Amino acid sequence: MTLKETDHVELLIIGAGPAGMAAALAAAPRGLSIAILDDNPLPGGQIWRDGPHAQVPKQAQDMRRQLQRLSNVRLHSGCKVVALAGPKRLLLEDAERGWLLSYNRLILCTGARELLLPFPGWTLPGVTGAGGLQALIKGGLPVADERIVIAGTGPLLLASSATAQKHGAEVVRVAEQAPLSAVAGFAAGLWRWPNKAIQAITLASAAYRTSAHVLAALGTDRLEGVRVQVGDKVEELACERLACGFSLVPNTEIARALGCTVRNQAIVVDEWQATSLADHYAAGESTGFGGSELALVEGRIAGLVAVGERDKARGLWAERQRWQGFADRLNKAFSLNPALKNLAAPETVVCRCEDVRYADLADHGSWTRAKLATRCGMGACQGRICGTAAQTLFGWDPPLLRPPFSPARISTLACLDEGDSV
Amino acid sequence: MPELSIDGQPFRFAQGTTVAAALMSSGDRCSRTSVSGQRRAPLCGMGICQECRVSIDGLRRLACQTICRDGMQVETQP
Amino acid sequence: MTNAATLQGHAADVIVIGGGIVGAACADELASQGLQVLVVDCQRPAATAAGMGHLVVLDHSAAELALGEYSVRAWRELAPQIPNDCAMRTNGTLWLACNEEEMAEAERKHAALSEYGLACELLSGAELANAEPSLRSGLLGALKVSGDGILYAPNAARWLLQRQSSRVAQRQAEVAEVQGNRVRLATGEWLQAPAVVLASGIYARELCPDLPLQAKKGHLLITDRYPAQITHTLVELGYVTSAHKGNGPSVAFNVQQRPTGQLFIGSSRQFDNHNPDVDAAMLGRMLRRAMDFLPGLGEMNGIRSWTGFRSASPDGQPLIGEHPHQPGLWLAVGHEGLGVTTATGTARLLAAQMLRTPPPLDLEPYLPQRFIGARAHA
Repeated sequence: MTLKETDHVELLIIGAGPAGMAAALAAAPRGLSIAILDDNPLPGGQIWRDGPHAQVPKQAQDMRRQLQRLSNVRLHSGCKVVALAGPKRLLLEDAERGWLLSYNRLILCTGARELLLPFPGWTLPGVTGAGGLQALIKGGLPVADERIVIAGTGPLLLASSATAQKHGAEVVRVAEQAPLSAVAGFAAGLWRWPNKAIQAITLASAAYRTSAHVLAALGTDRLEGVRVQVGDKVEELACERLACGFSLVPNTEIARALGCTVRNQAIVVDEWQATSLADHYAAGESTGFGGSELALVEGRIAGLVAVGERDKARGLWAERQRWQGFADRLNKAFSLNPALKNLAAPETVVCRCEDVRYADLADHGSWTRAKLATRCGMGACQGRICGTAAQTLFGWDPPLLRPPFSPARISTLACLDEGDSV
Repeated sequence: MPELSIDGQPFRFAQGTTVAAALMSSGDRCSRTSVSGQRRAPLCGMGICQECRVSIDGLRRLACQTICRDGMQVETQP
Repeated sequence: MTNAATLQGHAADVIVIGGGIVGAACADELASQGLQVLVVDCQRPAATAAGMGHLVVLDHSAAELALGEYSVRAWRELAPQIPNDCAMRTNGTLWLACNEEEMAEAERKHAALSEYGLACELLSGAELANAEPSLRSGLLGALKVSGDGILYAPNAARWLLQRQSSRVAQRQAEVAEVQGNRVRLATGEWLQAPAVVLASGIYARELCPDLPLQAKKGHLLITDRYPAQITHTLVELGYVTSAHKGNGPSVAFNVQQRPTGQLFIGSSRQFDNHNPDVDAAMLGRMLRRAMDFLPGLGEMNGIRSWTGFRSASPDGQPLIGEHPHQPGLWLAVGHEGLGVTTATGTARLLAAQMLRTPPPLDLEPYLPQRFIGARAHA
């Protein structure tokens, strides 16, 4: 056995966004050994992403500092979970090595990704996710003097727009698919969450249109313009970038592989943030979209429960309830217009890894049949983009992800060998 | 200013820049050529879509989850 | 045998259960002989989708060599018609020798295959290093079998099922019971035909429990796309001399580079394990073995792994022919890891028996009678 080479921690947290950091800080005072894994180079998750062009909020900076001071908490950045390696043991990989880590308790704070739906031209260079553009700008992408169209749904569009404007871009259109009535109703209720209301006002933009969605990205070698449906009118706008986000999809792959119940694309948790699997907890966006405040309080509850502090955890239920109310309103206001499922043309590429077109897929009836016949989902993203799109477009359920959970070096995967060989 | 190489061309970067941001600011601002020959650029920016996978010092890695380092060799051709 | 005009009460001339590569090849061959065929398949995960699609002539026995050689030749004859998406290539197999024992096996195999008329040649260690520079140094040599190939079997099966669409009908349905030439679907509906062919691989025992078939679980992994690393399918001779001997779990080096540039890595073997989940330790062991031969693999990214089940008979040869106790029920099962390779030959041996035409090979070694005796089972 190679068990002696297995690293061990009492509490493992996957994800160093708001939920993961809050969980670690809540659990740490009990003194047990804690490891946080995150596949990004720096902690903060998507919302508190750091970089040369990022201004990380004070709360995030404080939390990072506190974590750094704790001798019983270690952070593995740039580290991916590659496979399950037996009960309560995971295979991990970073830039240098692959290794095994075992744990007693696990908190999944794996966050969410953007729902990216195919439409004509979405493969052109210049098209990114909305949160994706924000992340790339924070990571040093210059956008000064570029014309940018942002389309999709939800407050993320405004956040992305604000980031782009702050870095000198001209945001020529923010196309929100939800109708004005829904957006206005949502905004009118924001007085109950005062700091959110302030955010919304800061983010408001003259380029903002409701009942508006992208029809096509235009251009030959790269993006030159965007065709947008605004109400019953179609407009064409010249631009250098298009950033699209059609809502968020919880990252549940690891939870599903572990055997945790996942429903409506989110990890199912009880009032203690416990999943259906003993000793396994989940918090934040991977349990359903709710924003950073909800993620923080869920993370604190999960961290406390994981170290046996149920009384303290119970004291946070009211706060969680309050932010859950915000999340519920938000998800209702920005629910997706079914018309967005029909943006792809027959020749639109759906699977970007294997260049499989919409017309090649539509007739196959199930994900597995389509995959075997067309190679859709057989590429490096392992169906995360096209499988999620096919689920939205065709209602096909993607199958359970098998190892590796993300592309990993063969030498890393060989660490799963339990034999005597070196 | 530190410098890395993208397909043999030098590129100067600010400390903390991701390789994805570097790729999108140099050359044809793309990261790879697709199976059917289309040029592609980073899409999701957060380690999901794999459009930004490039060879970095000989290993295939995600540009959006890699921070530029002085002397790094980045190759975009698969 | 009836023809289309006199089907009276029959669903077709022949009902084929299973639309994998063996069922598809049988349907295609029977249709070529003028029969109306109905293929019933319930789209369960099965070996055709899981396997490596290695067209390879093995010679554990004279029967294996005869069927393999005939079948691979038949595939090569089909090649000009096979669509691009079936990714067929005649890339040849290199059987790698690590030690004297394996080199002796290479020489024995060379003699046996040459005698049978197969194009093959022995490579020295230096010639091997020249032919496949990505292999680790120090290998003793190899046997090159030039006529072997690779194929993407799911699309090949689809093509075989579709290319004679006027004679081959397909139906997505689960078969719940078989009685001779009658078939009961899970919906309760009965179908019958003059002949029923059972070609459902590892699932055949559910319908015909007296079949002596054992599941052998295998693991596979595929990498991202890379520039050319290897040209032949590379298999260690330990595959036959040691690695897959006996009944314990085993791994053997078996790697091909797909036309996509992806490296496709096998192989593992586990008995009495019916769990389709990837077994992490087995996967690790298989990849460790692959890295022993191709050190550069270690730095490449694996993107998917999966498992499949080979359906093996006690002597390793398929059962091709009419069931001894069930007139009208024909068997095309028990191909172990060679279903893709021998699908073409299986189809012709089956059709020859059904239509009473001269068979291209001696039928005897493949007849079900060798396991299912004259005495009716309980």
